Amino acid sequence: MPVHAITPDYRGEVRDAQARFGGNILVYIGWDEHLLFCSAKTFPLPSAMTFAELKANVLPQGFAQHPDFAHINWDTVQWQLNGRTLQAQDDQTLAELGFDHKSLLRFKTPGLNGWRGTGV
Amino acid sequence: MAAKLNLKDKYRLLTRDLDWEFSYQNRQDAFPYEEFEGIKITDWSKWEDPFRLTMDAYWKYQAEKEKKLYAIFDAFAQNNAQMNVSDPRYLNAIKIFLTGVTPLEYQAYQGFAHVGRQFGGIGARIACQMQSIDELRHVQTQIHAMSHYNKFFDGFQDWSHMHDRVWYLSVPKSFFEDARSAGPFEFLVAISFSFEYVLTNLLFVPFMSGAAYNGDMATVTFGFSAQSDEARHMTLGLEIIKFLLEQHEDNVPIVQKWIDKWFWRGTRLLAIVAMMMDYMLPNKVMSWQEAWEVYFEEAGGALFKDLARYGIRAPKYAEVIEKEKEHISHQAWWIFYNFGHAAGFHTWIPTDEELDWLSEKYPDTFDKYYRPRWELAKQMAAEGKRFYSSGLPQLCQVCQVPMGFTEMADDPGQISYRSAEYQGERYHMCSDGCRDIFLDEPEKFVQAWLPVHQILQGNCGGSDLEEMLRDYYRMNVGADNMDMVGSPDETRWQKWKGAA
Repeated sequence: MPVHAITPDYRGEVRDAQARFGGNILVYIGWDEHLLFCSAKTFPLPSAMTFAELKANVLPQGFAQHPDFAHINWDTVQWQLNGRTLQAQDDQTLAELGFDHKSLLRFKTPGLNGWRGTGV
Repeated sequence: MAAKLNLKDKYRLLTRDLDWEFSYQNRQDAFPYEEFEGIKITDWSKWEDPFRLTMDAYWKYQAEKEKKLYAIFDAFAQNNAQMNVSDPRYLNAIKIFLTGVTPLEYQAYQGFAHVGRQFGGIGARIACQMQSIDELRHVQTQIHAMSHYNKFFDGFQDWSHMHDRVWYLSVPKSFFEDARSAGPFEFLVAISFSFEYVLTNLLFVPFMSGAAYNGDMATVTFGFSAQSDEARHMTLGLEIIKFLLEQHEDNVPIVQKWIDKWFWRGTRLLAIVAMMMDYMLPNKVMSWQEAWEVYFEEAGGALFKDLARYGIRAPKYAEVIEKEKEHISHQAWWIFYNFGHAAGFHTWIPTDEELDWLSEKYPDTFDKYYRPRWELAKQMAAEGKRFYSSGLPQLCQVCQVPMGFTEMADDPGQISYRSAEYQGERYHMCSDGCRDIFLDEPEKFVQAWLPVHQILQGNCGGSDLEEMLRDYYRMNVGADNMDMVGSPDETRWQKWKGAA
């Protein structure tokens, strides 16, 4: 039973369906071992955006406040999309890479483990 | 002249005798909410009235308390007692109380009024109606107690509007709406038992002691006035549990599931109280961990031992909850520090003495996981870049708290990400506890009004954050929000104290 309601076959309204975000999908992005940011962040993005654009425009918006950000070597970053390792080419779009609505993208920057290596 | 009734007769006439037999209507039609949750009641007459009060005695008793309470409020105002608080930082906890807790008292009033109509048993109906009136009285006394501070400090001006709209207030708001939109038995297990019987002690006892330690006699007074009602409410919480468990063995797994759900939801909600205790009281009483051990582990532990004979076990994820007591206050305050530009109260970096107090109280976790966050924040503030996190956080679909809680089992430095798919749509949760709740009733939680998603759908007005805070949340931008350092609250206080 998907809900215990007095109304038979009650169905809830899916309040965050993709259609409500003006053609964008929501992508949550979190930087592991950088808890200066208390949580992952939410971005509405067009799924035609390329991975290069994501790195050049979206990630600085979300994470450039951290002193480690300027030192990231983008060739060594490890990406994880919805729990699976992601190998991405710069010219691939989010749609091609398998991003869908409310995807979670996590990234790890080996060697950069937060402020003074504390995970913060 | 009629003889005066003795107490026992009066009690019988004014409670149980208020019910009647249904001669030409179907009783099920009169109490339509009683069966859909699957609870089986075989005999309502076995209900033992928890309050043992008749309405006339109740009025008399409450009126006396009220008279004393308002005399103290008057004296408080006439003596400019707002000047006796320890430090103006303290008032920010009271801003959270007014916007986050007082409206819950109102929701409790509405919830108990509703179930006070819906139970088939008259004893339960009367108890819920009395509690409903108590809750309404708590709303009023809290507003009156705190209205005095509205004359002197920012952030108190539009609390009920804010409760309906401000992002972090969706955490307490949705907690109660979840309970109120459940059936009447789940509502009582959620609010009377899980919340009142076990969890609100943590708000009304140690936090009220904190108010006393910080010179806030207005809050202490309403707190203790309310606490004598809370003691009665707890007896209702215990009665509903015992009654349900004794009525039918089929009720046991249903009640257990509700206990699991509402204890978990309660720990998430109380993260806010945890941070009030550890970070927002300039004069400390006890740490959150110590309060948790006394009021939850000892008191709750004894209770669950008693309930074991009915086949009830301690709430699921008790082992996670036990570990979280050393983390949760730090994680919650850090979330607010990150988003202090969008909060209706002030945030700040703890002083060096406070950081040392936290290290001493949390020897296994603070220096390892949390002190570095504050050291970096201090460094950034010293460089003139007080850290306010850009953008919007990811929220948990169930508790609606930004997903800043971490893995308790093996890596408290790693955010705990959980997700589930339902009908082709992905949903994210902060924990196994919240994920279980989602999966049990996905049709309920797909409807969650998540503030971040609502902002991004354009439903909260404003083309930028400042407009949204000002027009949609009705905050006084630049006065209510941002750091305590440099705030108008701080400037005025220093002027009053002749320090500026």
